[in-house]
Amino acid sequence: MSVLVVVECDKGEVKKSSLEVASYGAQVAQMLGTTATAVAVGEATEANLAALGEQGITKVLFDAEPRLKDFVNGAYTKLIAAAADKEQAKVIVLANSNVGASVGSRLAVRLKASLATNVVELPKTDGGQFTVKRGAFSGKAFADVTLSGDRKIIAVKKNSIEAQHNGGQTAQVEPFTAQLSDADFADAPKQVIMQDQAGGILLPEADKVVSGGRGMKGPENWHLIEDLAKALGAATACSKPVSDVDWRPHHEHVGQTGITVSPNLYIACGISGAIQHLAGVNSSKVIVVINKDPEAPFFKAADYGIVGDVFEVLPKLTQAVKELG
Amino acid sequence: MKFLVCISNVPDTTTKITFTPDNKEFNKAGVQFVINPWDEYALTRAIELKEAQGSGTVTVLNVGEADTEPNIRKALAIGADDAIRVNAAPKDAWFVAQQIAHYAKEGGYDVILMGKESIDYNGFQVHGMVGELLGIPTVAPAMKLDMSGNTATLEREIEGGKEIVEVAAPFVASCQQPMCEPRIPNMRGIMTARTKPLKVVEAVGEGAATAVAEYQLPPKKQGVKLIDAANAGELIKLLRNEAKVI
Repeated sequence: MSVLVVVECDKGEVKKSSLEVASYGAQVAQMLGTTATAVAVGEATEANLAALGEQGITKVLFDAEPRLKDFVNGAYTKLIAAAADKEQAKVIVLANSNVGASVGSRLAVRLKASLATNVVELPKTDGGQFTVKRGAFSGKAFADVTLSGDRKIIAVKKNSIEAQHNGGQTAQVEPFTAQLSDADFADAPKQVIMQDQAGGILLPEADKVVSGGRGMKGPENWHLIEDLAKALGAATACSKPVSDVDWRPHHEHVGQTGITVSPNLYIACGISGAIQHLAGVNSSKVIVVINKDPEAPFFKAADYGIVGDVFEVLPKLTQAVKELG
Repeated sequence: MKFLVCISNVPDTTTKITFTPDNKEFNKAGVQFVINPWDEYALTRAIELKEAQGSGTVTVLNVGEADTEPNIRKALAIGADDAIRVNAAPKDAWFVAQQIAHYAKEGGYDVILMGKESIDYNGFQVHGMVGELLGIPTVAPAMKLDMSGNTATLEREIEGGKEIVEVAAPFVASCQQPMCEPRIPNMRGIMTARTKPLKVVEAVGEGAATAVAEYQLPPKKQGVKLIDAANAGELIKLLRNEAKVI
């Protein structure tokens, strides 16, 4: 019996969300008196996988099959299911990413496991119950959910758990294969197209976000958002009306029908704060609102606010960040 | 080609969320329910593909009690041909997935579409469970869906980009923007929806695998600290020294 952690890698690096998942899995293993094994997917290097020891992982299973570099739902599911059986895993932990949710939902059926997605805290195991807290109603609420059965799968929301770093520990990397056949690659991509990310920071993984709304008046003014984001090392985002009129691509749309983010810092510029937008951001640790309308509803959900013109305030903030050094 | 579109009945996006006094259930009192916004992409795209093919059917399926019928009729008014309502409260994703898989198999559907997730429970689970139960591929979340004969070309969103994926029917896809512009019902649609077939069937399979022990609202904010716009740089100092987030 052990805890199995699914680690997503990209260009050799373990994704930040997967470091969080590894820490989560290691802590669950400790609670259950067992060890945590990882199974890696994507493009990984042995050195980076061994470094998962810092998050408390003892062993990493890795299949170097080249077709596994890109996400293939069928093949990933089979690989992880085989790893779960090999390790007799009772708890499987993955990131609440597009990959994690796609694979996790298939695994739940294949392994006859109960599944909770969007989980924000470590489980509670008192009284023989296994309970996790998860986000619900698009960020407007939380639900404590009890998982039944012998096997559980947990998809952990990004930025909910801090990744641990215990220097010097290394995990043992073991070659692993699941005897994949061509049929497992039915949904293999014909082509993979990556976005051009400002400063290389992905919005779903970002711990700081600068976001713009209709108050920015037009896409030609977005350099003000980008300049501040760049100075802070933040990702850029936008409100729904902005992506609806194509000022910005839809993958930057944060809100109830866009993506939900929970960074440490969310700076909203010229966004009034409709309830649908708040739903997507209200689990951010610190919210800053800049709006010229003092009655904007977003101020009620903010920690810090500036009532003022974004076109004057944003350059001052960028300057102040640069002066911090 | 036979399309099956799964829709769920969710509180309108502007709803202020409250719970029953024991915090075990969502408080439905006075709440307006709508078709889950993500499901609208699946519904409209299925209708568009059927129209482009010049033949085929679009069936909507909902797992819900009788109070979901107004939204099922709305889906028929938007352009679905017929509907199935599985007469049961949707207990959890596993329960709902079993219903969809059972009736999808029974009806021999080629393409099973649904929204990325529901805006109430946010499970993002049903697509994969249905695909696994039926032993067919799932593509989630899909931003684009085109059909050529029996083959579908989809854009699957991954973190930071997208994959172009080709699968043969039957398959499951969970849909999101910018797949299409969701349609709204017109008067003719509303009139014809009244007489379109809506079949009510009983639930099958096992019960739920998970249960909600308690709902909670997020902790309230302490109140906003305002900084003078003329002195905006002060904010950055506070973010470093007080909030310690930069």
